[in-house]
Amino acid sequence: MEFTSRETWTLIHGLVIGSFFLLAFAGGLAGLWSLRTEYVTPAGITERVRRLKIGTTAMALAAWATVITGTWIVYPWYRESLAGEDAAGCQGLQAPSGDCSPRDFLLSNVSGQTSDWHEFGMEWKEHIAWISPMLATLAAFLVFYYGAALARNRGTRMLVLVVFTAAFVVAAIAGIFGALITKTAPIT
Amino acid sequence: MSEIVTTQPEEIERPTGPVAAAALSTGIGAVVLGFLTTLNEASTAVHDFLEFDEDVGPLSGKTIIAVAAYIVSWAVLYGVWRRRSPALRPLLVLAALLVALGILGTFPTFFQAFVSE
Repeated sequence: MEFTSRETWTLIHGLVIGSFFLLAFAGGLAGLWSLRTEYVTPAGITERVRRLKIGTTAMALAAWATVITGTWIVYPWYRESLAGEDAAGCQGLQAPSGDCSPRDFLLSNVSGQTSDWHEFGMEWKEHIAWISPMLATLAAFLVFYYGAALARNRGTRMLVLVVFTAAFVVAAIAGIFGALITKTAPIT
Repeated sequence: MSEIVTTQPEEIERPTGPVAAAALSTGIGAVVLGFLTTLNEASTAVHDFLEFDEDVGPLSGKTIIAVAAYIVSWAVLYGVWRRRSPALRPLLVLAALLVALGILGTFPTFFQAFVSE
């Protein structure tokens, strides 16, 4: 049981960093939602805000790390042009190989109607994903800027919640398509 | 307890400028990404220009320019607004609109409608 270098990077991009971002959202959401003066003591607010600062910063860094590794390390392997103009390298295959990159494989339709996975799924994923780290950075900035005032001011807390959730939704779109595309045409 | 009480007025009086700068730069970064994604389909010249890296393709140019627009606009707007308090609500609405336009520009059904012949 071993992973190739490409498989390892794919796992780091999607399963390690990407999943950390998606899973940490739940904790951050709960922390923000319950950050109210009527629920938490002043000492508790100070401690909660410190945790939120660490959590939102880690999430923003994870979002940047996910898109950078995805675009600059994993994506070139996905989009290699190996199969030739007529996709000859993909004929008879059930999965990408050394002569048929995942992009070649999906566009060739040799294993069913798979071209939409590239033309819609990958095309959207590779672009929309980059909006997530900007939104996550904005959420982290707002937590640092407002600090404990978030507990007292419902409007600012809602603003952070909306930005935070938007960062998650955008990342989730990219993450779901990434997982489904990897299932159909894995990078090996 | 006393710590919270003494910092409260200070926190409420903080200028809105830095928040507006951060939000608007997010919208600018997103809309530049969406605009370049659509423009990349509409023009082969733009497509070729955006290929900063051969292995990554035009996505390299789109993302580098969008992130540069995001960082530079944040720095400039922060410099302009750091001690000011512009009306936050319209700027937040504008930022949200720009993010929505950015997402629309990255939506394949939308940008593929502009594919050059």
